[in-house]
Amino acid sequence: MSARAQRPPKERRATSARAARISARTLDAVGRKHQELLAGYKGLLLVCTGTGCVSAGGFVIRDSLKAMLKKRRLDKKWLVVQTGCNGFCAMGPILVVQPEGIFYEKLNEKSLEKVAEEHLVGGKPVKASMHKDLATGNPIAKMAEIPFFAKQQLIALRNKGIVDPENIESAIAMGGYAALKKALTTMKPADVLGEVMRSGIRGRGGAGFPTGAKWESCIKASATGATGESNAQAVRPSPTKPVLVCNADEGDPGAFMDRSIIETDPHAVLEGMCLGAYAIGASEGFIYIRKEYPLALERLEKAMAQARERGLLGKRILGSDFAFDIKIHRGAGAFVCGESTALMASMEGRVGEPRAKYVHNVESGYMGRPTVLNNVETWANVPVIVEKGGAWFGSIGTGDVAKSPWNGSSGTKVFSRVGNIANTGLVEVPMGIRLKEIIFDIGGGIPGGREFKAVQTGGPSGGCLPKSMLDLPVDFDTLAKAGSMMGSGGMIVMDDRTCMVDVAKYFIDFLKDESCGKCTPCREGLIAVSEILGAITRGQATEALLGELEGLCDTMAVSSLCQLGATAPNPVLSTLKYFRDEYLAHIRERKCPAGVCKSLIRYEITPNCNGCHVCARNCPTNCISGDKKKLHVIDANACIKCGICRDVCKFDAVRVG
Amino acid sequence: MTTQKVDQILDRWKRDPQYAIEILQDIQEEHRHLPADVLQYVADALALPVGRLYHIGTFFKAFSLKPRGKHVLEVCMGTACHVKGAPRVLDAISRELEVPEGGTTKDGNFTLEPVRCLGCCAIAPVVKVGKDLHGEIQAARVKTLVKKLAEGQP
Repeated sequence: MSARAQRPPKERRATSARAARISARTLDAVGRKHQELLAGYKGLLLVCTGTGCVSAGGFVIRDSLKAMLKKRRLDKKWLVVQTGCNGFCAMGPILVVQPEGIFYEKLNEKSLEKVAEEHLVGGKPVKASMHKDLATGNPIAKMAEIPFFAKQQLIALRNKGIVDPENIESAIAMGGYAALKKALTTMKPADVLGEVMRSGIRGRGGAGFPTGAKWESCIKASATGATGESNAQAVRPSPTKPVLVCNADEGDPGAFMDRSIIETDPHAVLEGMCLGAYAIGASEGFIYIRKEYPLALERLEKAMAQARERGLLGKRILGSDFAFDIKIHRGAGAFVCGESTALMASMEGRVGEPRAKYVHNVESGYMGRPTVLNNVETWANVPVIVEKGGAWFGSIGTGDVAKSPWNGSSGTKVFSRVGNIANTGLVEVPMGIRLKEIIFDIGGGIPGGREFKAVQTGGPSGGCLPKSMLDLPVDFDTLAKAGSMMGSGGMIVMDDRTCMVDVAKYFIDFLKDESCGKCTPCREGLIAVSEILGAITRGQATEALLGELEGLCDTMAVSSLCQLGATAPNPVLSTLKYFRDEYLAHIRERKCPAGVCKSLIRYEITPNCNGCHVCARNCPTNCISGDKKKLHVIDANACIKCGICRDVCKFDAVRVG
Repeated sequence: MTTQKVDQILDRWKRDPQYAIEILQDIQEEHRHLPADVLQYVADALALPVGRLYHIGTFFKAFSLKPRGKHVLEVCMGTACHVKGAPRVLDAISRELEVPEGGTTKDGNFTLEPVRCLGCCAIAPVVKVGKDLHGEIQAARVKTLVKKLAEGQP
């Protein structure tokens, strides 16, 4: 249900402009009341309004559905609920009809009309708009039975596709803020810390540092006062009062877990931060969110305003003595600001340049105060850990984390699987699941009958893993050992039309642009590596250059100031390790086997051509000639290798050689 | 940009140098770039050397010191878009509008901007114009997209 539909009518709003504050005593009743309201309907129509579906027309579907119900006088029977990202972005716009859980995909006005008429009025689900099994083509009615959803285990995304992110009561009805109530009424701050320690949860932002240990160091630093070098140049208001920060500066290309969590269930993040603040004794928190995420920012601001109004943020939270409030800081677009010290610097109004970490942020971070920085997904996990206990969380995933969190990877992880994969979207799976399960069982494999070539994990700091590694279990330590990393959870699948040298160059060029320039190994190293890779893709390199490339990579890894430079060589080293043949083909034969590197390829028309002339019409340089119904020819001298002819040819008659 | 508007923005952030980035973001949003005289005015108001504002203005991608066009075509260069052909889309738009990357058309209507991952990887390659996202853009479709935009269609 939208927030708008829930507001009291205009005449009443004047007298009850502010909704009542919620206390620990009344929290359950608020949830129950909302559940009763939902139960009064015959069913719920859950429309996905995550960014993916919105761009495919999610808001239009939501509004048309409301209009259709009104026209048929069914609006008292069915309730339209806008939800955050459902996860199956490839199939948007998505509608799920509850209580049966019937899943409709790729809706438009016409197919929606059919669903309204046949299903909502006639009671007969519409097969044409259901999801089709990839192998058999048969429709699958229920969401829970679609392979994409069947293997998932939801913790951080527990409310995805169910709650209305713009309505706090909808979140409370699904158990939101229950963990906070439990903590404030029955637990001491040390008990909350204890549960997080026991859970063994490691930071979901990429580095995988144990969250409990981080909190504990911050508590110690706050008790003894901030020590050592300060980050701040300005006045320090209260040096020992700790601060907590939520890192929503999701910079890894190909990753959108944090955006989706905020768009889906912002209250999970707010509740997690409240629990963290209670545990470490903070009264001030920040969310650092990137400017590229307008919808997430909007929903976060709404959620915070509602939480404040209802007494779940600010002073006397849930009627207790605990006070905590959050400010939003918009990132201004710099990848390096995901690095903790750079992030703090930019929060203080300076450019985001990292500093050497002799003194950690937990001792002296934002304005010289002890600071805990955790990622969105980590915060969203905290309420469940407090609610169900750290031992329960620790039992999921790999290894035995009861003694030390470094013994394994507990819990679940959210991954965004994108690139050349059939079921693009967001999944949450237990740690330790195998790569091939994520890519083939849940992901549906590679579309268009093409071959799997590599999967890239960990963003620009990660690596590319080949087919032979598909059996690897996905956890922090295994991926690092294989030369890649978990990172924040972006997973980019590549098919045989992807050139691995080009991919390595892509990441290096990305990092070259994003390097802050403070330390020499990163600034100059990236330029040199990019030049060498450029020479290889142009066919101007010798084999000796490969040795130089590896040497440069080693130097950067050991001598860069922050992790941006230190991990930058990973894409190069991992592709050199697993796809060396491809580098050699560029150097020895001056060929790009995947047909990507412009200097080494040429487009040709094969005898498959039936002379339909479509390529010639679309060619921007008019370099394709030929009579109608006759074999066409490309003038290689005029061709700019834009590839449009191959895209538009329906007869597979354009070859890259 | 009137000084009155700049003052409003400065007051919104309590004229605190700690919020220099936020202040510049609001000016950028209002004015589509950071004019030199405004930067000087802000520096004086915050008692900061103007060089520090230029440092910020050139460090972060959100800022531009040059005026931008009425519509900014943001071509996502994230990894998913890259493997699905974003460089070819960027080339095609550049050819169609006859501007280089980062350039603005002569009529001031369009600025072509390659941008970092927009996080809508499921519908890659993506082009964002204002608040509208256009998904699954292929190089061959660029001509129609640009034509539509020039005619003012969403």
